[in-house]
Amino acid sequence: MEQKNPIKKVNIICAKGAIEDVYATLVMGNGAVMEGIETNIFFTFFGLDAIIKKRMDKLHTGVVGNPALRLPGGMRMPTLLGVVPGMEAFTSWMMKGQMEKLDIPPVSEFLDLITAGGGKIYACKLAMDMFKFKEEDLSEHVSGILTVGEFYEHAGGEGSQIIFT
Amino acid sequence: MAQKTYASVTVDVNEEGYFTDPSQWTKEIAVEIAKEEGITLTDQHFAIIEFLRNRHNNGEALSIRSINHSGVLDVKTFYQLFPGAPLKKATKIAGIPKPASCV
Repeated sequence: MEQKNPIKKVNIICAKGAIEDVYATLVMGNGAVMEGIETNIFFTFFGLDAIIKKRMDKLHTGVVGNPALRLPGGMRMPTLLGVVPGMEAFTSWMMKGQMEKLDIPPVSEFLDLITAGGGKIYACKLAMDMFKFKEEDLSEHVSGILTVGEFYEHAGGEGSQIIFT
Repeated sequence: MAQKTYASVTVDVNEEGYFTDPSQWTKEIAVEIAKEEGITLTDQHFAIIEFLRNRHNNGEALSIRSINHSGVLDVKTFYQLFPGAPLKKATKIAGIPKPASCV
């Protein structure tokens, strides 16, 4: 389907660090790169975990206060079960297994694919300072650490969209 | 159903120009489709096209990740060979359906 005003550029902001938050960003970002759309991804606050070398492939999904979470078979997972030790790790492991089956790669490999296609990854300066991260903590996929003003500069242009996942 | 003529052969395509019958495809046709996309095919292009066709014939889903595991070339080269939307362009040139995958 040809559109009159196609999206030429997307700027995606990821501020949360749970598996589903980060993957929403990565799938949309990689999808844009695959369509030939110029892509910038900006990680801030807890989203930074996705580009911190030691943490990026060890993300978890929240099992407490997540009313949409269901047990295998479809029954709602009682919130109290979420506090059982190991439940969060187990659920996260299950999620990753399901994603692998659909050929959804681990975070670091997903970033390899996005950057191989020319997508750019950025870290938020304020959040880096706040969590006391240093440049060397970041994965090699990251093109730079930006202030919010610099992010808006990068996001400019005709047919450009800002998406907050 | 639409039809298109490449290298003096008439083939069946859908409204987006993708082949509906991959068996109608030949290398000569691929060269013509690639020309429409502004690409001149090299041996490297044909190697990945063969991989894509084999994968399709085996009923395996196509994803950008599968290119990295093809053993033919890496994703970066793939983006360079088919600039813009590589998986869409490459499957069109390979005479197979447009991938229905989100990754």
